[in-house]
Amino acid sequence: MAKKTYSFYPGCSSQTKASSDNYLKSTNSMCKYLDIELKEIPDWNCCGASIGYAEGGELPRITLSARNMALSEQHNPGMDLVATCAACWLSTRESKERLAHSSQTLAEANTALNEAGLTYKGNQAARHMAEVLVEDFGFDELKKGVKNPLQGIKFAGYVGCQTNRPFGLAGESFENPMYLDNLVEAMGGEAVSYDQKVTCCGGALAFSEPEKSQKQIKDIIESAYDHGAEMIVTPCPLCQANVEIYQGEVNKRFGTKFNIPVMYYSQLITVAYGGTAQEAGLDGQLVRATKLEEIAKK
Amino acid sequence: MSEKYHNNFLKEVEEMVEEGQWVKMCMQCGVCAGSCPLGPHWAHPPQEIFMMIRAGKREEVLTSDSMWMCTSCYNCVVRCPRKLPITHIMHGLANYAHRLGLSPKNQPTQQFATMFWNNLAQTGRVNELKLSLGIYFKDGFAQGVKNAMAMQSVGLGMVKAKRLNPMELFGGHGVKDKAGFHAMLKKAREIEDRRKNFA
Repeated sequence: MAKKTYSFYPGCSSQTKASSDNYLKSTNSMCKYLDIELKEIPDWNCCGASIGYAEGGELPRITLSARNMALSEQHNPGMDLVATCAACWLSTRESKERLAHSSQTLAEANTALNEAGLTYKGNQAARHMAEVLVEDFGFDELKKGVKNPLQGIKFAGYVGCQTNRPFGLAGESFENPMYLDNLVEAMGGEAVSYDQKVTCCGGALAFSEPEKSQKQIKDIIESAYDHGAEMIVTPCPLCQANVEIYQGEVNKRFGTKFNIPVMYYSQLITVAYGGTAQEAGLDGQLVRATKLEEIAKK
Repeated sequence: MSEKYHNNFLKEVEEMVEEGQWVKMCMQCGVCAGSCPLGPHWAHPPQEIFMMIRAGKREEVLTSDSMWMCTSCYNCVVRCPRKLPITHIMHGLANYAHRLGLSPKNQPTQQFATMFWNNLAQTGRVNELKLSLGIYFKDGFAQGVKNAMAMQSVGLGMVKAKRLNPMELFGGHGVKDKAGFHAMLKKAREIEDRRKNFA
Protein backbone atom coordinates (compact mmCIF):
# COMPACT_ATOMS: atom_id res chain seq x y z
CA MET A 1 0.00 0.00 0.00
CA ALA A 2 1.09 3.53 -0.69
CA LYS A 3 2.40 5.67 2.07
CA LYS A 4 -0.28 7.62 3.94
CA THR A 5 0.33 11.00 5.55
CA TYR A 6 -1.75 12.64 8.27
CA SER A 7 -1.63 15.87 10.23
CA PHE A 8 -1.03 14.62 13.77
CA TYR A 9 -2.39 16.00 17.03
CA PRO A 10 -0.76 13.99 19.85
CA GLY A 11 -2.21 15.97 22.79
CA CYS A 12 -0.85 16.80 26.23
CA SER A 13 -0.77 13.28 27.65
CA SER A 14 1.13 11.95 24.62
CA GLN A 15 4.27 13.98 25.16
CA THR A 16 7.64 12.73 26.33
CA LYS A 17 7.36 11.56 29.93
CA ALA A 18 3.68 12.48 30.18
CA SER A 19 1.03 10.01 31.32
CA SER A 20 0.51 8.35 27.94
CA ASP A 21 4.13 8.48 26.77
CA ASN A 22 3.72 4.77 25.96
CA TYR A 23 0.72 5.54 23.70
CA LEU A 24 2.85 7.95 21.67
CA LYS A 25 5.77 5.51 21.53
CA SER A 26 3.63 2.61 20.35
CA THR A 27 1.69 4.80 17.91
CA ASN A 28 4.93 5.88 16.28
CA SER A 29 6.07 2.24 16.03
CA MET A 30 2.70 1.08 14.69
CA CYS A 31 2.76 3.81 12.04
CA LYS A 32 6.27 2.84 10.99
CA TYR A 33 5.03 -0.71 10.30
CA LEU A 34 1.95 0.59 8.45
CA ASP A 35 3.96 3.10 6.41
CA ILE A 36 2.04 6.01 7.89
CA GLU A 37 3.74 9.36 8.20
CA LEU A 38 2.49 11.53 11.05
CA LYS A 39 3.25 15.21 10.56
CA GLU A 40 2.82 16.79 13.96
CA ILE A 41 0.82 20.04 14.00
CA PRO A 42 3.45 22.66 14.84
CA ASP A 43 2.87 24.38 18.19
CA TRP A 44 -0.47 22.64 18.92
CA ASN A 45 -2.16 23.42 22.24
CA CYS A 46 -4.37 21.63 24.77
CA CYS A 47 -7.96 20.97 23.60
CA GLY A 48 -9.49 21.83 26.97
CA ALA A 49 -10.41 18.17 27.49
CA SER A 50 -13.74 17.21 29.02
CA ILE A 51 -13.29 19.43 32.08
CA GLY A 52 -12.29 22.70 30.41
CA TYR A 53 -15.92 23.84 30.11
CA ALA A 54 -16.43 24.99 33.68
CA GLU A 55 -13.81 27.72 33.73
CA GLY A 56 -13.21 28.05 30.00
CA GLY A 57 -16.82 28.36 28.91
CA GLU A 58 -17.94 28.06 25.33
CA LEU A 59 -15.99 30.35 23.01
CA PRO A 60 -12.57 30.11 24.69
CA ARG A 61 -12.90 26.32 24.62
CA ILE A 62 -13.90 26.21 20.95
CA THR A 63 -11.11 28.66 20.14
CA LEU A 64 -8.53 26.26 21.60
CA SER A 65 -9.50 23.64 19.04
CA ALA A 66 -9.85 26.24 16.29
CA ARG A 67 -6.21 27.24 16.83
CA ASN A 68 -5.05 23.65 16.38
CA MET A 69 -7.16 23.22 13.28
CA ALA A 70 -5.98 26.55 11.83
CA LEU A 71 -2.33 25.57 12.41
CA SER A 72 -2.99 22.19 10.84
CA GLU A 73 -4.65 23.75 7.77
CA GLN A 74 -1.77 26.16 7.37
CA HIS A 75 1.18 23.82 7.90
CA ASN A 76 -0.20 20.44 6.85
CA PRO A 77 -2.59 21.31 4.01
CA GLY A 78 -4.52 18.64 2.17
CA MET A 79 -4.28 16.13 5.02
CA ASP A 80 -6.81 14.83 7.52
CA LEU A 81 -6.19 15.90 11.09
CA VAL A 82 -5.73 12.78 13.23
CA ALA A 83 -5.75 12.59 17.04
CA THR A 84 -4.86 9.60 19.19
CA CYS A 85 -6.40 10.92 22.41
CA ALA A 86 -10.15 10.41 22.73
CA ALA A 87 -10.75 13.78 24.39
CA CYS A 88 -8.57 15.62 21.85
CA TRP A 89 -10.54 14.06 19.04
CA LEU A 90 -13.89 14.75 20.62
CA SER A 91 -13.08 18.39 21.43
CA THR A 92 -11.71 19.01 17.96
CA ARG A 93 -14.58 17.36 16.15
CA GLU A 94 -17.18 18.98 18.38
CA SER A 95 -15.64 22.42 17.85
CA LYS A 96 -15.50 21.83 14.12
CA GLU A 97 -19.22 21.04 14.20
CA ARG A 98 -20.07 24.16 16.22
CA LEU A 99 -18.00 26.34 13.91
CA ALA A 100 -19.76 24.88 10.89
CA HIS A 101 -23.24 25.32 12.35
CA SER A 102 -22.96 28.88 13.64
CA SER A 103 -21.64 31.76 11.57
CA GLN A 104 -21.56 33.86 14.74
CA THR A 105 -19.33 31.38 16.58
CA LEU A 106 -17.12 31.14 13.50
CA ALA A 107 -16.75 34.92 13.27
CA GLU A 108 -16.04 35.23 17.00
CA ALA A 109 -13.51 32.40 17.01
CA ASN A 110 -11.70 33.98 14.07
CA THR A 111 -11.65 37.36 15.82
CA ALA A 112 -9.88 35.66 18.73
CA LEU A 113 -7.59 33.67 16.41
CA ASN A 114 -6.56 36.90 14.66
CA GLU A 115 -4.83 37.88 17.88
CA ALA A 116 -2.45 35.01 17.18
CA GLY A 117 -2.26 35.78 13.45
CA LEU A 118 -4.37 32.76 12.49
CA THR A 119 -7.57 32.05 10.57
CA TYR A 120 -9.74 28.95 10.72
CA LYS A 121 -11.21 27.78 7.44
CA GLY A 122 -12.59 24.35 8.28
CA ASN A 123 -11.28 22.40 5.31
CA GLN A 124 -9.82 19.35 7.10
CA ALA A 125 -11.57 16.34 8.56
CA ALA A 126 -10.97 15.70 12.28
CA ARG A 127 -10.44 11.97 12.81
CA HIS A 128 -9.36 9.50 15.45
CA MET A 129 -6.53 7.06 14.78
CA ALA A 130 -8.98 4.17 15.22
CA GLU A 131 -10.93 5.53 12.23
CA VAL A 132 -7.74 5.61 10.18
CA LEU A 133 -7.06 1.95 10.98
CA VAL A 134 -10.62 0.76 10.39
CA GLU A 135 -11.58 2.94 7.44
CA ASP A 136 -8.33 3.66 5.56
CA PHE A 137 -6.86 0.19 6.09
CA GLY A 138 -9.57 -2.23 7.20
CA PHE A 139 -9.21 -5.42 9.23
CA ASP A 140 -8.17 -7.64 6.30
CA GLU A 141 -5.40 -5.26 5.34
CA LEU A 142 -4.29 -4.89 8.98
CA LYS A 143 -4.13 -8.68 9.34
CA LYS A 144 -1.53 -8.93 6.59
CA GLY A 145 1.17 -7.30 8.69
CA VAL A 146 0.93 -9.77 11.58
CA LYS A 147 4.21 -11.63 12.23
CA ASN A 148 3.75 -12.57 15.88
CA PRO A 149 0.06 -13.25 16.47
CA LEU A 150 -1.20 -12.58 19.99
CA GLN A 151 -2.36 -16.16 20.22
CA GLY A 152 -3.83 -17.38 23.47
CA ILE A 153 -4.26 -13.98 25.08
CA LYS A 154 -7.76 -12.95 26.13
CA PHE A 155 -8.48 -9.23 25.93
CA ALA A 156 -11.38 -7.17 27.21
CA GLY A 157 -11.81 -4.45 24.59
CA TYR A 158 -12.64 -1.42 26.68
CA VAL A 159 -14.00 1.21 24.30
CA GLY A 160 -15.21 3.59 27.02
CA CYS A 161 -16.91 6.87 26.20
CA GLN A 162 -15.28 9.43 24.06
CA THR A 163 -14.26 7.51 20.95
CA ASN A 164 -17.75 6.03 21.09
CA ARG A 165 -20.12 8.82 22.08
CA PRO A 166 -21.48 11.14 20.85
CA PHE A 167 -19.79 10.58 17.47
CA GLY A 168 -18.27 7.12 17.48
CA LEU A 169 -16.99 5.29 14.45
CA ALA A 170 -19.22 5.16 11.39
CA GLY A 171 -21.50 2.13 11.37
CA GLU A 172 -20.88 1.19 15.01
CA SER A 173 -23.54 1.06 17.70
CA PHE A 174 -23.11 3.14 20.85
CA GLU A 175 -24.03 0.26 23.13
CA ASN A 176 -21.84 -2.45 21.63
CA PRO A 177 -19.19 -1.14 19.22
CA MET A 178 -17.16 -3.95 17.67
CA TYR A 179 -14.12 -2.25 16.15
CA LEU A 180 -11.81 -2.81 19.10
CA ASP A 181 -12.74 -6.49 19.38
CA ASN A 182 -12.19 -6.83 15.64
CA LEU A 183 -8.76 -5.21 15.96
CA VAL A 184 -7.83 -7.64 18.74
CA GLU A 185 -8.94 -10.60 16.64
CA ALA A 186 -7.09 -9.26 13.59
CA MET A 187 -3.90 -9.33 15.67
CA GLY A 188 -4.56 -12.97 16.58
CA GLY A 189 -5.82 -12.33 20.10
CA GLU A 190 -9.12 -13.37 21.61
CA ALA A 191 -11.71 -10.68 22.41
CA VAL A 192 -13.90 -11.68 25.36
CA SER A 193 -17.51 -10.62 25.52
CA TYR A 194 -18.29 -8.65 28.70
CA ASP A 195 -20.87 -6.15 29.85
CA GLN A 196 -18.80 -3.08 30.76
CA LYS A 197 -17.33 -2.33 27.34
CA VAL A 198 -18.71 1.21 27.11
CA THR A 199 -18.93 2.06 30.82
CA CYS A 200 -17.50 5.40 31.95
CA CYS A 201 -14.31 5.23 34.03
CA GLY A 202 -15.24 8.46 35.79
CA GLY A 203 -13.16 10.57 33.43
CA ALA A 204 -11.84 13.74 35.02
CA LEU A 205 -13.91 13.02 38.13
CA ALA A 206 -11.39 10.29 38.99
CA PHE A 207 -9.39 13.23 40.40
CA SER A 208 -12.16 15.28 41.98
CA GLU A 209 -14.56 12.54 43.06
CA PRO A 210 -12.31 9.49 43.59
CA GLU A 211 -14.85 7.53 45.61
CA LYS A 212 -17.59 7.75 42.99
CA SER A 213 -15.21 7.11 40.08
CA GLN A 214 -13.46 4.15 41.64
CA LYS A 215 -16.80 2.36 41.81
CA GLN A 216 -16.91 2.72 38.00
CA ILE A 217 -13.36 1.42 37.64
CA LYS A 218 -14.13 -1.51 39.90
CA ASP A 219 -17.19 -2.50 37.84
CA ILE A 220 -15.17 -2.43 34.62
CA ILE A 221 -12.25 -4.53 35.89
CA GLU A 222 -14.49 -6.95 37.76
CA SER A 223 -16.49 -7.68 34.63
CA ALA A 224 -13.32 -8.09 32.56
CA TYR A 225 -11.99 -10.66 35.06
CA ASP A 226 -15.33 -12.43 35.36
CA HIS A 227 -15.44 -12.96 31.61
CA GLY A 228 -11.96 -14.43 31.48
CA ALA A 229 -9.92 -11.47 30.28
CA GLU A 230 -6.21 -11.39 31.06
CA MET A 231 -5.69 -7.85 29.79
CA ILE A 232 -7.76 -4.79 29.05
CA VAL A 233 -7.18 -2.80 25.85
CA THR A 234 -8.43 0.71 25.15
CA PRO A 235 -8.17 3.59 22.64
CA CYS A 236 -8.36 6.34 25.31
CA PRO A 237 -5.46 7.71 27.43
CA LEU A 238 -7.72 8.69 30.33
CA CYS A 239 -9.46 5.29 30.35
CA GLN A 240 -6.02 3.67 30.34
CA ALA A 241 -4.68 5.79 33.17
CA ASN A 242 -7.76 5.60 35.37
CA VAL A 243 -8.24 1.86 34.99
CA GLU A 244 -4.56 1.03 35.40
CA ILE A 245 -3.14 3.35 38.02
CA TYR A 246 -6.01 3.30 40.52
CA GLN A 247 -6.11 -0.50 40.86
CA GLY A 248 -4.25 -0.27 44.17
CA GLU A 249 -6.73 2.32 45.46
CA VAL A 250 -9.68 0.25 44.26
CA ASN A 251 -8.25 -2.82 45.96
CA LYS A 252 -7.95 -0.91 49.24
CA ARG A 253 -11.45 0.50 48.98
CA PHE A 254 -13.29 -2.62 47.85
CA GLY A 255 -11.10 -5.45 49.13
CA THR A 256 -10.45 -6.71 45.61
CA LYS A 257 -7.17 -8.17 44.33
CA PHE A 258 -7.06 -6.58 40.89
CA ASN A 259 -3.78 -6.65 38.99
CA ILE A 260 -4.67 -6.55 35.31
CA PRO A 261 -2.60 -4.88 32.57
CA VAL A 262 -4.34 -2.08 30.63
CA MET A 263 -2.96 -1.62 27.12
CA TYR A 264 -3.41 0.56 24.06
CA TYR A 265 -4.46 -1.01 20.74
CA SER A 266 -1.27 0.49 19.28
CA GLN A 267 0.82 -1.61 21.67
CA LEU A 268 -0.98 -4.79 20.59
CA ILE A 269 -0.48 -3.96 16.91
CA THR A 270 3.19 -3.10 17.40
CA VAL A 271 3.90 -6.41 19.16
CA ALA A 272 1.90 -8.40 16.59
CA TYR A 273 3.75 -6.70 13.74
CA GLY A 274 7.06 -7.93 15.12
CA GLY A 275 8.01 -4.99 17.31
CA THR A 276 10.08 -5.19 20.47
CA ALA A 277 8.72 -4.58 23.96
CA GLN A 278 10.48 -1.24 23.93
CA GLU A 279 8.99 -0.21 20.58
CA ALA A 280 5.56 -1.06 21.99
CA GLY A 281 6.20 0.96 25.15
CA LEU A 282 5.59 -2.10 27.32
CA ASP A 283 8.05 -0.72 29.86
CA GLY A 284 5.53 2.08 30.43
CA GLN A 285 3.01 -0.19 32.17
CA LEU A 286 2.45 0.01 35.91
CA VAL A 287 0.96 -3.46 35.74
CA ARG A 288 3.32 -5.34 33.42
CA ALA A 289 1.88 -7.20 30.45
CA THR A 290 4.03 -10.30 30.84
CA LYS A 291 2.26 -12.32 28.16
CA LEU A 292 2.79 -9.57 25.59
CA GLU A 293 6.42 -9.19 26.62
CA GLU A 294 6.88 -12.90 25.93
CA ILE A 295 5.49 -12.57 22.41
CA ALA A 296 7.34 -9.34 21.60
CA LYS A 297 10.45 -9.65 19.45
CA LYS A 298 13.54 -10.03 21.62
CA MET B 1 -36.23 47.71 31.66
CA SER B 2 -39.53 45.93 31.39
CA GLU B 3 -40.98 44.13 34.38
CA LYS B 4 -39.46 40.77 35.20
CA TYR B 5 -41.74 37.79 35.13
CA HIS B 6 -41.32 34.98 37.61
CA ASN B 7 -40.81 32.57 34.80
CA ASN B 8 -38.06 34.29 32.85
CA PHE B 9 -35.38 31.86 33.98
CA LEU B 10 -36.07 29.64 30.97
CA LYS B 11 -35.45 32.64 28.72
CA GLU B 12 -32.25 33.45 30.60
CA VAL B 13 -31.02 29.87 30.16
CA GLU B 14 -31.92 29.92 26.48
CA GLU B 15 -29.90 33.07 25.95
CA MET B 16 -26.96 32.61 28.30
CA VAL B 17 -26.31 28.90 28.75
CA GLU B 18 -24.49 26.76 26.20
CA GLU B 19 -27.11 24.85 24.17
CA GLY B 20 -29.77 26.25 26.53
CA GLN B 21 -32.22 26.67 23.68
CA TRP B 22 -32.81 22.92 23.85
CA VAL B 23 -34.19 22.86 27.41
CA LYS B 24 -37.81 23.32 26.33
CA MET B 25 -37.59 20.18 24.18
CA CYS B 26 -37.27 17.79 27.15
CA MET B 27 -40.28 15.48 27.45
CA GLN B 28 -39.47 14.24 30.97
CA CYS B 29 -38.89 10.59 30.11
CA GLY B 30 -35.95 10.19 32.51
CA VAL B 31 -33.73 8.09 30.23
CA CYS B 32 -30.87 10.54 30.97
CA ALA B 33 -31.15 9.92 34.71
CA GLY B 34 -31.19 6.16 34.20
CA SER B 35 -28.19 6.31 31.86
CA CYS B 36 -25.89 8.42 34.01
CA PRO B 37 -22.93 6.60 35.59
CA LEU B 38 -23.11 8.94 38.57
CA GLY B 39 -26.92 8.99 38.52
CA PRO B 40 -27.41 8.12 42.20
CA HIS B 41 -25.32 11.12 43.22
CA TRP B 42 -27.36 13.78 41.45
CA ALA B 43 -29.62 15.75 43.81
CA HIS B 44 -31.66 16.54 40.69
CA PRO B 45 -31.14 14.42 37.56
CA PRO B 46 -31.09 16.26 34.20
CA GLN B 47 -34.80 15.91 33.44
CA GLU B 48 -35.60 17.36 36.85
CA ILE B 49 -33.19 20.24 36.24
CA PHE B 50 -34.94 20.90 32.93
CA MET B 51 -38.34 21.03 34.62
CA MET B 52 -37.00 23.23 37.40
CA ILE B 53 -35.69 25.66 34.77
CA ARG B 54 -39.11 25.76 33.17
CA ALA B 55 -40.68 26.31 36.59
CA GLY B 56 -38.40 29.31 37.14
CA LYS B 57 -36.42 27.82 40.03
CA ARG B 58 -33.33 29.89 39.31
CA GLU B 59 -31.57 29.70 42.64
CA GLU B 60 -32.27 26.00 43.25
CA VAL B 61 -30.82 25.14 39.84
CA LEU B 62 -27.75 27.36 39.83
CA THR B 63 -26.70 26.58 43.41
CA SER B 64 -27.19 22.82 42.92
CA ASP B 65 -24.16 20.55 42.76
CA SER B 66 -26.06 18.23 40.39
CA MET B 67 -24.52 19.25 37.09
CA TRP B 68 -21.05 18.96 38.67
CA MET B 69 -21.61 15.19 38.73
CA CYS B 70 -21.35 15.04 34.91
CA THR B 71 -18.40 12.88 33.81
CA SER B 72 -18.85 13.83 30.13
CA CYS B 73 -19.60 10.23 29.12
CA TYR B 74 -22.33 11.32 26.64
CA ASN B 75 -24.56 8.35 27.48
CA CYS B 76 -27.53 10.66 28.01
CA VAL B 77 -26.89 12.42 24.70
CA VAL B 78 -26.94 9.31 22.54
CA ARG B 79 -29.94 7.82 24.36
CA CYS B 80 -32.15 10.93 24.58
CA PRO B 81 -35.18 10.29 22.33
CA ARG B 82 -35.42 14.03 21.66
CA LYS B 83 -31.67 14.27 20.90
CA LEU B 84 -30.99 16.97 23.47
CA PRO B 85 -27.26 17.71 23.91
CA ILE B 86 -27.69 17.08 27.64
CA THR B 87 -23.97 16.84 28.43
CA HIS B 88 -23.39 20.31 26.97
CA ILE B 89 -26.40 21.81 28.71
CA MET B 90 -25.06 20.47 32.03
CA HIS B 91 -21.61 21.87 31.20
CA GLY B 92 -23.25 25.15 30.24
CA LEU B 93 -25.24 25.37 33.46
CA ALA B 94 -22.17 24.53 35.53
CA ASN B 95 -20.13 27.21 33.77
CA TYR B 96 -22.92 29.77 34.06
CA ALA B 97 -23.43 29.09 37.77
CA HIS B 98 -19.70 29.21 38.40
CA ARG B 99 -19.20 32.49 36.52
CA LEU B 100 -22.08 34.06 38.44
CA GLY B 101 -20.48 32.90 41.69
CA LEU B 102 -23.47 30.72 42.56
CA SER B 103 -21.94 27.23 42.43
CA PRO B 104 -21.60 25.45 45.80
CA LYS B 105 -18.54 26.37 47.84
CA ASN B 106 -15.67 23.86 47.70
CA GLN B 107 -17.33 21.77 45.01
CA PRO B 108 -14.40 19.47 44.14
CA THR B 109 -15.08 19.19 40.40
CA GLN B 110 -15.55 22.93 40.09
CA GLN B 111 -12.23 23.46 41.88
CA PHE B 112 -10.50 20.89 39.70
CA ALA B 113 -11.96 22.38 36.52
CA THR B 114 -10.65 25.84 37.40
CA MET B 115 -7.25 24.40 38.27
CA PHE B 116 -7.19 22.51 34.98
CA TRP B 117 -8.09 25.55 32.91
CA ASN B 118 -5.58 27.82 34.64
CA ASN B 119 -2.93 25.13 34.21
CA LEU B 120 -3.45 24.82 30.45
CA ALA B 121 -3.97 28.56 29.92
CA GLN B 122 -0.57 29.30 31.40
CA THR B 123 1.62 27.47 28.88
CA GLY B 124 -0.88 26.20 26.32
CA ARG B 125 -0.44 22.60 27.39
CA VAL B 126 -1.32 20.72 30.56
CA ASN B 127 1.42 20.25 33.12
CA GLU B 128 0.32 16.97 34.69
CA LEU B 129 2.67 17.15 37.67
CA LYS B 130 1.59 20.62 38.75
CA LEU B 131 -2.04 19.63 38.19
CA SER B 132 -1.75 16.55 40.43
CA LEU B 133 0.06 18.47 43.15
CA GLY B 134 -2.54 21.22 42.86
CA ILE B 135 -5.29 18.74 43.66
CA TYR B 136 -3.45 17.21 46.60
CA PHE B 137 -2.67 20.59 48.12
CA LYS B 138 -5.99 22.34 47.44
CA ASP B 139 -7.06 22.06 51.10
CA GLY B 140 -3.83 23.34 52.60
CA PHE B 141 -0.30 22.13 53.16
CA ALA B 142 -0.87 19.54 55.90
CA GLN B 143 -3.71 17.85 54.01
CA GLY B 144 -1.59 18.08 50.86
CA VAL B 145 1.32 16.19 52.38
CA LYS B 146 -1.11 13.56 53.63
CA ASN B 147 -2.73 13.21 50.19
CA ALA B 148 0.61 13.10 48.43
CA MET B 149 1.86 10.42 50.81
CA ALA B 150 -1.28 8.35 50.23
CA MET B 151 -0.73 8.51 46.48
CA GLN B 152 3.04 8.06 46.72
CA SER B 153 3.14 4.57 45.23
CA VAL B 154 1.12 5.68 42.21
CA GLY B 155 3.37 8.71 41.67
CA LEU B 156 6.59 6.72 41.99
CA GLY B 157 5.19 4.03 39.71
CA MET B 158 4.46 6.66 37.08
CA VAL B 159 7.95 8.16 37.38
CA LYS B 160 9.48 4.70 37.08
CA ALA B 161 7.36 3.95 34.00
CA LYS B 162 8.59 7.28 32.53
CA ARG B 163 5.05 8.65 32.50
CA LEU B 164 5.63 11.45 35.01
CA ASN B 165 8.59 13.80 34.98
CA PRO B 166 9.59 15.42 38.29
CA MET B 167 11.32 18.14 36.26
CA GLU B 168 7.92 19.36 35.03
CA LEU B 169 7.80 21.31 38.29
CA PHE B 170 10.37 23.68 36.81
CA GLY B 171 8.74 24.37 33.47
CA GLY B 172 7.78 21.51 31.22
CA HIS B 173 5.86 21.37 27.95
CA GLY B 174 4.15 24.37 26.38
CA VAL B 175 3.40 26.20 23.15
CA LYS B 176 6.10 28.42 21.65
CA ASP B 177 3.82 31.30 20.69
CA LYS B 178 2.75 32.07 24.25
CA ALA B 179 2.05 35.74 23.49
CA GLY B 180 -0.30 34.88 20.63
CA PHE B 181 -1.93 32.09 22.62
CA HIS B 182 -2.61 34.32 25.63
CA ALA B 183 -3.92 37.18 23.46
CA MET B 184 -6.23 34.75 21.68
CA LEU B 185 -7.71 33.36 24.90
CA LYS B 186 -8.08 36.85 26.35
CA LYS B 187 -10.03 38.00 23.31
CA ALA B 188 -12.24 34.88 23.30
CA ARG B 189 -13.05 35.40 26.98
CA GLU B 190 -13.79 39.10 26.39
CA ILE B 191 -16.29 38.29 23.65
CA GLU B 192 -17.97 35.58 25.72
CA ASP B 193 -18.13 37.76 28.84
CA ARG B 194 -19.75 40.58 26.92
CA ARG B 195 -22.33 38.27 25.35
CA LYS B 196 -23.22 36.56 28.65
CA ASN B 197 -23.07 39.65 30.86
CA PHE B 198 -20.26 38.29 33.03
CA ALA B 199 -17.71 40.43 34.81
